[in-house]
Amino acid sequence: MSFVVITFMIKVRKLVKRFGLKTVLKGMDFSVKDGEFVALIGPNGAGKSTFLRILASLTRPSMGSVNVAGYNLPKESAEVRMRLGVVSHLPLLYVDLTAAENLKFYGKMYNLANLEERINEVLEMVGLTNRRDDLVRTYSRGMQQRLAIGRAVLHDPSVMLFDEPYTGLDQDASAMLDDVLRTVAARGRTVVMTSHDLARTEDLATRFDVLSRGKIAASATHKDFGSGNLLSFYKGVLEKGRKQ
Amino acid sequence: MKKEKKKSNYLRAIGAVAWKDLAAELRSRELLSGMLVFSLLVILIFNFALELDAKTRTSVTAGVIWVTFVFAGTLGLNRSMAIEKDRGCLDGLLLAPVDRSAIYFGKAISNLAFMFIVEIIILPTYSFLYNINLFQPGLLLVILLGSIGYTAVGTLLSAMSVQTRTRDVMLPILLFPVIVPVLIAAVKASGGYLQNLPLDQILPWINLLIVYDVIFIAISFMVFDYVVEE
Repeated sequence: MSFVVITFMIKVRKLVKRFGLKTVLKGMDFSVKDGEFVALIGPNGAGKSTFLRILASLTRPSMGSVNVAGYNLPKESAEVRMRLGVVSHLPLLYVDLTAAENLKFYGKMYNLANLEERINEVLEMVGLTNRRDDLVRTYSRGMQQRLAIGRAVLHDPSVMLFDEPYTGLDQDASAMLDDVLRTVAARGRTVVMTSHDLARTEDLATRFDVLSRGKIAASATHKDFGSGNLLSFYKGVLEKGRKQ
Repeated sequence: MKKEKKKSNYLRAIGAVAWKDLAAELRSRELLSGMLVFSLLVILIFNFALELDAKTRTSVTAGVIWVTFVFAGTLGLNRSMAIEKDRGCLDGLLLAPVDRSAIYFGKAISNLAFMFIVEIIILPTYSFLYNINLFQPGLLLVILLGSIGYTAVGTLLSAMSVQTRTRDVMLPILLFPVIVPVLIAAVKASGGYLQNLPLDQILPWINLLIVYDVIFIAISFMVFDYVVEE
């Protein structure tokens, strides 16, 4: 008899988040296995960003349990933050510093050893070595987003959260971001991404969870809905939710 | 050993936040130029409004310079925190695995440095324009203590007000009532030095400034985490 041990990098049980009288997340259950790439899709206002902010320890849950990389939130938030990389639609970069200075600053905040070496490695990965000493304000939106990913992976986190990373990017910049995201995921990291770009999401993720009305309404893999059918799967789930 | 490492991480994070603010500001000069131009305008307006002749100068100078510092400081505090908020950088800071009070101390140090830079330029300008000696060791000590108290509270409240839609208006509304004790103590102590009052009349105000600084730094250290978390 053999046992298969499944390690969950993210485990959320009965999560509730309220803002005043409004309940955004209504007893949500969610889990992600080690190395999985999960796309969290849903309509505007479904609570995707709020949920990612809770996982990132930027917002406190009202009720329920949240465990990331083996640590509970909000109690062990510093431990979680050490193992977490976050990319949102905002770059989280200082425009009056150069790319290298931004990474140096964040490297100091994470107390990284061999910082110069790591900065060179990350700039190489996101293809910005030639622009390392240019001010971020001179970067295009696509370059800023690539540097934002560099910032997020600087401390080599085991869990990555992407909140609408394609917002404001043109086709070329989005394609470039795809490559960087694939590189990030290929290193065995656990990834949770929210996006409205279903075509791109379908190519990148291994599992798709639909968040609707504060709960996970459905969860599926490529095998469940067949290649190129994510949009019809998504529409079907939302339609079903409306009828209930 | 672990405690020692944690302490050095904490100090490194404080240094990193302060360095980042100063490096970015020395490049853009957005914040300092605004504070400086505003301060110079306030001094000139007070001159016309109060008709600062030689007789009245010694009695009103303390009030004029502190009102100038406080108004210019509010501009700086607002801008310093808005830079963090507008591009999501505050989230970037909060994601770092350090005690969040390190972010507070880093921001407070850089805000204090901006205040000092403005004061270093305003004091000789005021002395030159109005022929009054502001370079007295006692007066400089009062300015140091008053500026520390002002930025200690201002940094905390600007982190609160930046989360609101009306942040530019909200900061002075929150800040001015809280800094009344430091403002009164600073004006009285500064006025005492300018009017050559005996030390025993100035000392109680300096003591009040020291107590205020210690209390508000301690409160800010304790509550900053709750203020910035949603």
